[in-house]
Amino acid sequence: MPNAPGRSGSRGRAPAPLLAVGRSRRRGTAGAAALLVAAGTLAACGGDSGGPPTLSWYTNPDNGGQKEIAARCSEASGGAYTISTSVLPNAAAGQREQLIRRLAAEDSSIDLMSLDPPFVPEFAEAGFLAPVPEDVAERTTDGVVQGAIDGATWNDELVAVPFWANTQILWYRKSVAETAGLDMSQPVTWDQVVQAAQDQDVLIGAQGARAESLTVWLNGLIESAGGSIIEENADKPEDIVLGLDTEAGQRAAEVMRAVAESGQVGAAFSTADENAGATGFESDQGGFTVNYPFIWTQAQGKVADGVLDQSVIDDYDAAVWPRVDADTPPAPPLGGIDLGIGAFSENVDLAFEAAECIRSEENQAFYFTNSGNPASLASVFDDPEVLEAFPQAPVIRESLELAAPRPQTPYYSEITGGVQRMYHPPASVGDETGAEATEFIGAVLRGDELL
Amino acid sequence: MSTTTLPPTKKDAPVSAPAGRTSDRARSERKLGWLLAGPAFLVMLAVTAYPILQAAYDSLFSYRLTDPDNRSFNGLGNYTVILTDRLWWTSLGVTLLITVITVLVELVLGFALAMVMAKMLRAIRPVVRAAILIPYAVITVVSAFAWQFAFDIDTGFVNSWFTWLPGVSADTDWFGDQGTSLLVVCLAEIWKTTPFISLLLLAGLAQVPEVLQEAAQVDGATWWQRLWKVTLPNMKAAIMVALLFRTLDAFRVFDSIFVMTNGANNTESVSFLAYRQTISRLEIGLGSAVSVLLFLCVVLLATLFIKGFKVDLASARGEG
Repeated sequence: MPNAPGRSGSRGRAPAPLLAVGRSRRRGTAGAAALLVAAGTLAACGGDSGGPPTLSWYTNPDNGGQKEIAARCSEASGGAYTISTSVLPNAAAGQREQLIRRLAAEDSSIDLMSLDPPFVPEFAEAGFLAPVPEDVAERTTDGVVQGAIDGATWNDELVAVPFWANTQILWYRKSVAETAGLDMSQPVTWDQVVQAAQDQDVLIGAQGARAESLTVWLNGLIESAGGSIIEENADKPEDIVLGLDTEAGQRAAEVMRAVAESGQVGAAFSTADENAGATGFESDQGGFTVNYPFIWTQAQGKVADGVLDQSVIDDYDAAVWPRVDADTPPAPPLGGIDLGIGAFSENVDLAFEAAECIRSEENQAFYFTNSGNPASLASVFDDPEVLEAFPQAPVIRESLELAAPRPQTPYYSEITGGVQRMYHPPASVGDETGAEATEFIGAVLRGDELL
Repeated sequence: MSTTTLPPTKKDAPVSAPAGRTSDRARSERKLGWLLAGPAFLVMLAVTAYPILQAAYDSLFSYRLTDPDNRSFNGLGNYTVILTDRLWWTSLGVTLLITVITVLVELVLGFALAMVMAKMLRAIRPVVRAAILIPYAVITVVSAFAWQFAFDIDTGFVNSWFTWLPGVSADTDWFGDQGTSLLVVCLAEIWKTTPFISLLLLAGLAQVPEVLQEAAQVDGATWWQRLWKVTLPNMKAAIMVALLFRTLDAFRVFDSIFVMTNGANNTESVSFLAYRQTISRLEIGLGSAVSVLLFLCVVLLATLFIKGFKVDLASARGEG
């Protein structure tokens, strides 16, 4: 359709001075805005302003505990440095993606980063982590639980500083266990937990969502059955030997399916993560959940906010992760956070100094009680304040000693992605899943299939 | 009653210069045109052509971002892996399904909304238009979260409010299988982008000459006959452009799937597949090959629309 010249013409004939004033004002505003943006950008880059260097610490999301520790360490440094924190995405996979893309571009603004242990080998192998000086390695591993040291080690070298160590424990409602006749002072098995939940018609919380938490669960089950997801590690991805299609792998699959089909996991088990497990455990139908210690501080917060009754958390108690087989000790999931120092940082020495401050006994105790994230230093578990805030601390410490890490390989994203694809939804897991997963993940590692 | 459209306007040849010669004025106008459009053209080349060419180049290599030293030429190997993988074809099927369902529903709903806006009283038209446009102003990720929360078994209201619908109960796990997951993804997409289609169609409706409507009415045509024989044929160009834009957009669906299912239960789209290979696995070569194939699919769709359905973009812009 033709243009309407009359209209556009009338616009074009608008009095010139008015237009000029409008343009000039707009230009002025735009100019001012540009100056502000430029000033802000320059201020943000102000590392060379003569003051103490600002160290950037990329943290996983928490309740503000790491930010508080950053402030404490900045103050304790006596002006040697200031730590600023930047929060990474919620999911562990998202945290890895953001960090790795920046580091691949040799981003010098990353001084410190909170790293999930399974990603440590990949970062180390790619040369993204500054080597840990020997004296720092000695000081930061002294008195640290072995699982946390293992998680920060690659090729027999400490490549990150252990900060806090997480583990899953079996949370249970005292009233439910008592009615079901379960003696929780003794080790319990998954079969017993399922049976008790069915008898009492209560929920079992586990992680059935297609996410990292599913790999965590499967790895815990296989390790508890005496196997490993990776049986033989190798430098070349195609040479990695998987242990999914083994006796231990089969037993883990059986337990996973038994839990998923117990009828006690809620209607949305295939999308259930740790938070869903915590919510279910708080509900009237709460019975058991394998979950991290954070659910204790979370529930206490809800009581303080008046959204959860005190009687609910009075009924909370915890034991070590269930056994897969009655006569074999469990190998609960191991998590936590290590502090990686960016290889391209311009303040590597100061960053290590800051890392030592961050993982100090005092700060780990604060983080444990404030955020519910357990310490990697064994001595913190004897701290009276910690014991008062976390009556389950002895169980957590015992669990950390038994815990097994997830597979350590630079190709962890392929392993966990393949596990999540093949073992989801957990109710679909069968006798053949181990063999199929082995074949599929092998093909992905060889570069023959998409993930 | 036959279809009624206005005869095409006669386009006169320019008379300012004899054929085969360009006047000074035309030359200077052409030069001005290049000066004005040149910077934008260069920016477009930098931000679109360069990444596309780079992706095409990278797709020929076996290249992992964390292991650049072992980059090796792989020829068309990545394409062979992709095109022989069941996951690629499943993802392509899911993408096409989402595209077809959302575009068709959006076209019908968008047309209805455009009619409402066109016939609305002049006084309240801006308010209605703004109200209809609100979903389009919402960022896709935010919209995806909103729909996820609405359908979530714990936090959602859908399972409480819609139990009167067959198949919906308090325990309906919408994100527990492929069908229901895709349904929610489609609903979110339709809710968000219907306003876009309705705006394009509203522009098309405004182009339908009132004189034809009046003539048809005088001839005794019903509302339905006028819609089919006068309105729709006269806004064909606008409809086809709306369809083209939305189809290309829908084919690249990513955000809703990423937020709602993270690809679980075979809900991966082609874009999601590219994301997983490139960003999660850091396999730049393989991921670039998926991206190139996605790009070729989009080019194919655009060509089909423009050549197959004879979409005239100039006419839709009112330049015909």
